[in-house]
Amino acid sequence: MTAVISFLEDLGGRATGAIHRLGFASRFLLLTLQNSGMCFRRFSLVVREIYFAGVQSLIIILVSGLFVGMVLGLQGYDTLVRYGSSSALGVLVALSLVRELGPVVAGLLFASRAGSAITAEIGLMKATEQLAAMEMMAVDPIARVIAPRFWAGVISMPLLAAMFSAMGVFGGYLVGVRLIGVDEGSFWSQMQAAVDFQEDILNGVIKSVVFGVAVTWIAVFEGYDAPPTAEGVSGATTRTVVTSSLTILALDFMLTAFMFRGA
Amino acid sequence: MPTKPATDNLVEVDNVNFAYDSRQILKGVNLAIRRGQVVAIMGLSGCGKTTLLRLIGGALRPAGGEVRVGGRAVAKLSHDELFALRRKMGMLFQFGALFTDMSCYDNVAFQMREHTDLPEELIDDLVLMKLQAVGLRGAHRLMPSELSGGMARRVALARTTALDPMLIMYDEPFAGLDPVSMGVIGQLIRRLNDALGATSIIVTHDVAEALQVVDDVYFMADGVIIARGTPAELRASDKPFVHQFVHGEMDGPMPFHYPAEDYGRDLYSGEA
Repeated sequence: MTAVISFLEDLGGRATGAIHRLGFASRFLLLTLQNSGMCFRRFSLVVREIYFAGVQSLIIILVSGLFVGMVLGLQGYDTLVRYGSSSALGVLVALSLVRELGPVVAGLLFASRAGSAITAEIGLMKATEQLAAMEMMAVDPIARVIAPRFWAGVISMPLLAAMFSAMGVFGGYLVGVRLIGVDEGSFWSQMQAAVDFQEDILNGVIKSVVFGVAVTWIAVFEGYDAPPTAEGVSGATTRTVVTSSLTILALDFMLTAFMFRGA
Repeated sequence: MPTKPATDNLVEVDNVNFAYDSRQILKGVNLAIRRGQVVAIMGLSGCGKTTLLRLIGGALRPAGGEVRVGGRAVAKLSHDELFALRRKMGMLFQFGALFTDMSCYDNVAFQMREHTDLPEELIDDLVLMKLQAVGLRGAHRLMPSELSGGMARRVALARTTALDPMLIMYDEPFAGLDPVSMGVIGQLIRRLNDALGATSIIVTHDVAEALQVVDDVYFMADGVIIARGTPAELRASDKPFVHQFVHGEMDGPMPFHYPAEDYGRDLYSGEA
């Protein structure tokens, strides 16, 4: 009997702990949004962080995009040629990237490249009392440190996803047209005809913005909430990557269900 | 906002209690620090010295009693009033807490850029003057990672005094420094305090260094002030605690051994 009670207590404790943390994270997001005025008045603060989060993620995003596109070209051709519709390769590559792979894979890469770096940096600033020092200098660390990083992530993510998709289409073109010999005219013209701006591109952009908010929110919160020790910061960095990856995949399912209901 | 009648005291701590969860840290601390003085608060690690500094800086609120700076109760200030007060305070953290993503120059310029509209040319002059005062004008381009511990502490000192604060707080300014750097930091604390007409509070357990530069010393143990006096008075004190602390004796009112079972029984029981 006592074992059952302690099991239930443990279960309840975990559940309320998770809800408590979610509530804390939500208040933190609200506080970040409330204190965002300064980073739009001094936009150079955000630009600096866009360099660290966005520009420095470019290599991994572009190279991954190219390879994902090339693999899509190979696999897509292999399947389409069985039905004699290899000229639709461009459509397949473009739609896969713009609707799904662009936002999702770029989001996952962004979480592991930039999200982990943001968490580690903020966590270490906290552990070395830099945030406390800033507060004692009458500068709010949420406005000066957190908000610029948050907005930099939100701005960078859709741009990175777009570049990932563009690079992927180019990779599909290299393999499909240049290597295998699919007709270049039908590759591009069918793509142009089939990809709809609102249905496909805009929905893809919406996804990448949502992923950008989610990943950066998780990254700044985990950093700010990290216990100020070496293990604390390393644990927070791992949690950022794991939580934001799972969040991206779950959100992707929900968004896809709303956006593409067999229309 | 109730304002106490002006006194000669810049900081007044009035019967302050403070606890982290159920652990009582401060149990009715009283102290008064006169303007212009350099005062040391001494005690063993974990006796509540740093907590006291955080209470004065408004980072924590007392559970009982009142902390007043310039006659105003710190815990009753609104967020904006507290930030306005903090612009007149400086705090040197234990390991400097320099911003690691900025050069020494930008660290010192940080508050000037955040809180004033001074043109960059004027900031440039001010930063170089602040760094010259701590002897590191030549190092203004270096990043914090390129500095030794003593140099980082001096840059942090320049940053702390960037806006000419009326109150400067030092959290263990001598910790982890070599003897030469310790002497330098001690002299700088005194010189900067007198040059700025400021008031300084040093929290430390470094007796020899601190006694050379301060006007007044408070001893803390177990959450209360147990002794107060000038350095000369404390050196001559025959109070057992002060004597043990000032002369660094191994055993006394502060026991060397952590409370434990009988030594012989522990050895023979084989359970430890």
